[in-house]
Amino acid sequence: MTMQPASTEITSRTAAIIQELKGLEGPLLPILHGIQEEFGHVPKDALPVIAEALNISRAEVHGVVSFYHDYRSHPAGRHVLKLCQAESCQSMGSDAIAAKLKQLLGIGFHETARDGSVTLEPVYCLGLCACSPAAMLDGQVIGRLDDEKLDEIVAEVRS
Amino acid sequence: MIPRIYIPGDSGALALGAEKVAKAIASELAERGIEAKIVRNGSRGAYFLEPMVEVATANGRVAYGPVKPSDVKSLFDSGFLTGGHHKRWLGVPDKIPFLAKQTRLTFARCGVTDPLSLESYKKYGGLNGLTNALGLTPAAIVAEVTESGLRGRGGAGFPTGIKWKTVLDTSGDRKYIVCNADEGDSGTFADRMIMEGDPFVLIEGMTIAGIATGATKGFVYVRSEYPHAVAVMNKAVEIARKAGVLGASVLGSAHAFDMEIRVGAGAYVCGEETALLDSLEGKRGMVRAKPPLPAHKGLFGKPTVINNVISLASVPIIMDKGAAFYKDFGMGRSRGTIPIQIAGNVKYAGLFEAAFGMTLGEIVDEIGGGTATGRPVKAVQVGGPLGAYFPRALFDTPFDYEAFAAKDGLIGHAGIVVFDDTADMLKQARFAMEFCAIESCGKCTPCRIGSTRGVETIDRIAAGIEPEKNLALVTDLCNTMKFGSLCALGGFTPYPVMSSITHFPDDFKPAPVRVAAE
Repeated sequence: MTMQPASTEITSRTAAIIQELKGLEGPLLPILHGIQEEFGHVPKDALPVIAEALNISRAEVHGVVSFYHDYRSHPAGRHVLKLCQAESCQSMGSDAIAAKLKQLLGIGFHETARDGSVTLEPVYCLGLCACSPAAMLDGQVIGRLDDEKLDEIVAEVRS
Repeated sequence: MIPRIYIPGDSGALALGAEKVAKAIASELAERGIEAKIVRNGSRGAYFLEPMVEVATANGRVAYGPVKPSDVKSLFDSGFLTGGHHKRWLGVPDKIPFLAKQTRLTFARCGVTDPLSLESYKKYGGLNGLTNALGLTPAAIVAEVTESGLRGRGGAGFPTGIKWKTVLDTSGDRKYIVCNADEGDSGTFADRMIMEGDPFVLIEGMTIAGIATGATKGFVYVRSEYPHAVAVMNKAVEIARKAGVLGASVLGSAHAFDMEIRVGAGAYVCGEETALLDSLEGKRGMVRAKPPLPAHKGLFGKPTVINNVISLASVPIIMDKGAAFYKDFGMGRSRGTIPIQIAGNVKYAGLFEAAFGMTLGEIVDEIGGGTATGRPVKAVQVGGPLGAYFPRALFDTPFDYEAFAAKDGLIGHAGIVVFDDTADMLKQARFAMEFCAIESCGKCTPCRIGSTRGVETIDRIAAGIEPEKNLALVTDLCNTMKFGSLCALGGFTPYPVMSSITHFPDDFKPAPVRVAAE
């Protein structure tokens, strides 16, 4: 697992991101996206810095961070695999795909492999419904998942 | 003439290997010392043929698909750069039956042009609508859009012109155009396709909306699950700004309009317009009570037009060809065309833009070609996770807002997900409740708590515990959710649940009986 940066470092890097985006109308989501991109998650120590800069309470910042599925409180694995579990993919057997993938990776949804290689997440629609079942590996889209493609995915995340 | 090769950069095509095909073609070109230009176009929407590669020949475009990287060498050997025959040869793309049967108005350029070439956009009629709009008064633009009969394509079907008129008539020191690109419904991908394949049409539509209502700032709220669309939109906005389409003087006029692309953070409920506004403001995506309408007090409390991507992207053609042209398509109070997205377990999956009025059966059986698995169609869900499941018995329903409402269904964002006879409708009903529980913003009790109780009660039915009593309970719960929730998430979750119970009662019978029946 990657070491978490020291809190003073988090503070200064967070402040730089805020400085860059503060001028936007409604800057909180862009700031949080920027922080997650920087650290791979939204560190707890970043929240008071944001609250101070935007003149809102810490509770409000926490409320926003915890509302949205995208923001992580802990770093993800080296790879992030999002597997679509919505209706279109269900109609093409995404349940069985999920079961097989969980078995191959040895983890369930919202879990990270013990070696830190991969985090598995469900996602509700990637807009790839004309090539279900679909997944997204580190931002790369994959359609018409089958056993062969699952093996390729597993090989890639383990390499 | 340097040959031009079109290889879609659309994420649906990428998901089917378009990037590998593009690389293989590029390296083959280099190896053979052939000079050619590779254009990364959008998709035409015939996903069963993707990756579909096209070449521009002296006799027009010729398509090949679905192309695998292993086909590339033989494509060159067959002389595909001049339209030579090959096992993947499809001929003139416009004559491929799936495409030839469509009426492409909103998607006229999608898959045809280079998405990021403003020149190409203009060559195919782009900016004509905006140019016309600049010669009209705001009231005249609003009147034209109203006259076209365009209704909100996001699902609610509210007349776009009336929404615009409210904003025009409301005074404010600052007004906004917000584009709802939080396309979270399973089975829908029209917004994604247009943003990736023809982003300027959305920019043009939003700019016209700005001029018509006096708004000078626009936001596109794109879901984070669409990184490719976000990237294309950001580049397109930059190009439009440099070309003077956006900025202090739109196309040299006295009107100012600029816009920003914002990214969501994985909350389905933010597709609901008021939750989206809260999210843009940097808050939790909680649904607001109406009134006040967003048209009166929307983003940051200012008068705001909030429209779906397809509504806004349909405006340029209306302002180009006129309201009468657009209105001429369709049926009843559903005017113009609708991009129907045929998805799930279906043979010919893709986007099919057509005038309103085709029957569900025509769309699923004739256009979609039945299921991909070859088994009989059991149910189709129309309109996303909040849409009803229709059995074959309702396949004569015409694609029209009112006709679907009359059958206790909805068109929504016009996505159709096909299921074969292995589908378990109790499981689908349970999922609808589960999804509502995961995605509820938590404001209304019937949605927040009712959805969880719904899952538990359906589980009891599945376990054979007092099934009749529990079915009555689910029905009662659906009634409470329908009438006691502020927005469509809690209010419409009963559609998939109740339609499953009503049309597929056998799937809700206790397990022993179900086994015996099989």
